[in-house]
Amino acid sequence: MSLLRYESQVRAPLVDGTKDYHQVTEDICRPVENKPSRLWWIGFSISVALLLFGILSVAMEVTYGTGQWNLNRTIGWGWDITNFVWWVGIGHAGTLISAILLLFRQGWRTGVNRAAEAMTIFAVMCAGQFPIWHMGRVWNAFFVLPYPNTRGPLWVNFNSPLLWDVFAISTYFTVSLLFWYSGLIPDMATLRDRAKLKWRKTFYGVAAFGWTGSTKHWQRHESLSLVLAGLSTPLVLSVHTIVSFDFATSVVPGWHTTIFPPYFVAGAIFSGFAMVQTLLVVTRKVLSLEEYITIEHIEVMNKVIVLTGSIVGIAYLTELFMAWYSAVDYEWFAFKENRLNLSSPYGWSYWIMMGCNVLSPQIFWFKKMRRNLFVTFFMSILVNVGMWFERFVIIVTSIYRDYLPSSWSTYYTPTIWEVGFYLGTFGLFFTCYFLFSKYFPVIAIAEIKHILKRSGENYKGKMSKEEEDTVTQFGEHHLHDHH
Amino acid sequence: MAKKKFIVGNFTDEAVLFPAVKKVRRAGYKLHDVFTPFPIHGLDKEMGLRDTSLHTAGFIYGITGTSTAVGFITWALTIDWAINFGGKPYFSLPAWIPVTFELTVLFAAVGMVLTFCWLCQLAPFVKKDHFNPRSTDDTFVMAIECTSTTNEEEAVKFLQAAGATDVKVETKKTGWWLGNYANEKMRFEQQ
Repeated sequence: MSLLRYESQVRAPLVDGTKDYHQVTEDICRPVENKPSRLWWIGFSISVALLLFGILSVAMEVTYGTGQWNLNRTIGWGWDITNFVWWVGIGHAGTLISAILLLFRQGWRTGVNRAAEAMTIFAVMCAGQFPIWHMGRVWNAFFVLPYPNTRGPLWVNFNSPLLWDVFAISTYFTVSLLFWYSGLIPDMATLRDRAKLKWRKTFYGVAAFGWTGSTKHWQRHESLSLVLAGLSTPLVLSVHTIVSFDFATSVVPGWHTTIFPPYFVAGAIFSGFAMVQTLLVVTRKVLSLEEYITIEHIEVMNKVIVLTGSIVGIAYLTELFMAWYSAVDYEWFAFKENRLNLSSPYGWSYWIMMGCNVLSPQIFWFKKMRRNLFVTFFMSILVNVGMWFERFVIIVTSIYRDYLPSSWSTYYTPTIWEVGFYLGTFGLFFTCYFLFSKYFPVIAIAEIKHILKRSGENYKGKMSKEEEDTVTQFGEHHLHDHH
Repeated sequence: MAKKKFIVGNFTDEAVLFPAVKKVRRAGYKLHDVFTPFPIHGLDKEMGLRDTSLHTAGFIYGITGTSTAVGFITWALTIDWAINFGGKPYFSLPAWIPVTFELTVLFAAVGMVLTFCWLCQLAPFVKKDHFNPRSTDDTFVMAIECTSTTNEEEAVKFLQAAGATDVKVETKKTGWWLGNYANEKMRFEQQ
């Protein structure tokens, strides 16, 4: 037991302050049990207002058709699919934190995984809106599912990347939701057993599924979490790979490239971590959870941002190089004239992308910057602006000038209803997040308790003796009680 | 409804709990369960619980998903309604890998979660008794089932001596919600 419990003193504690198990419960349940603050109401109201505007925008589009958007020939995919890819990408960080870091045994994930997974679910919900409403005749949306129908039955095209997307996104949403909720059950039981008010007892009683904390149940729960993490890891890589196939399997210059899958996945994690930072820098402050989501957590995530940002940068340069080296005139034209050329119609968007995604994150090579909350918050916004432009660049600059100059499109600017739809998904996302932060524990209580005696500040201090042991002594002391 | 008696003891430190579990089992008491606020690695082994085979179930669900996907797509696109997509073969397996993979993951995840809920009897509106509500907060609660040979007073003293606080004898109505792991447990001598 002690061997598993041991953690080097060199590592900063993951839970600050003098905490015991009960204090952890108190701290994390407090925001759920207290009345929401003024700030919460203001934020929630703005979110709901945005959501309502989004609903109006979608209603306009459904009533009058996709002509309400400024899509044209050849820009059949504009803001909507840009937003779709952007939201799906954001979701990826949550799965990376909850699944991949679980497999890598990264203790720091426990402070942020619950909120990040919630972010994943809400982001995928927002993403799903775009392809669905883009169909125009949305009442036929179920045609994308292979169900026995009276038209043959005529099955969907399983060879099409767009259909792969249907399966990838819906599986991703389902598995993320199951993973998130199975982790929530024990914490719901904690809230249930503390509840004083009747509605709270009923609500958390239902939500806790009758969890007791039996050792046998925990054993199964651990097995479940581990396997779900093992399943989610390839799943999350597959999702953005498949999203990138929507483009990469076509023959459009600028899309037709084999680098897309890893490039999209790295970009997704990059933007997702930025969104996690945006949310958590605020959440930890407003809910007074600075001792659980410490500056260490922020710093570690900033390291991920500089890493993935640099991978994205390499990818940009690689595709640029390959466009030139391929000696394909159309490919090189797409990059040289439609993107690199600042005075071309959309040249500005390419350079915003480069500036926000490749140059600006390099600031995180400096430790001082990684640990600065204002810089972190500002950068997290900047990265997501950059990542939105990445998708805009990929989509619009590739298709506004096709092989045939006579069919080059007119300049595309979105209508108010296109912008409104995008703002509406912000409304949906933040409405969900505000409700989550009020009614659910934003930090996984049981998981924090699990690492408390290894990584809590007041426990770590007491373990220093072990660092003075030689390797042999350490082994003699601990190997025998390793269960 | 049948009733059972339990000796219930509370622990606040895992370092005390582990040897106590060992002592209780060595003394031959029937350990009903230990309720903990978070997973404690090694406690299941200490209690003599067998490993779960939930992951094996997950594997079976996974391959069910794989074969469902491959079987269905093959049937739909080669037998039921074969469509010529740009002159490519009807049986174009590489193009089906994404959907096959997604269904594998979907079946495995959904199947495992349902099995988990089934095995642990978890569902909305299910109510169970776990002896002490603090067991989801900061207390490790050990329940010993009284059998015909159990001397209650002795058992209470035994638990107290093992480090438990607030030891009580409680009578509970029994049913499926209490859980029964008698078949799960290996006898102390077997370990």
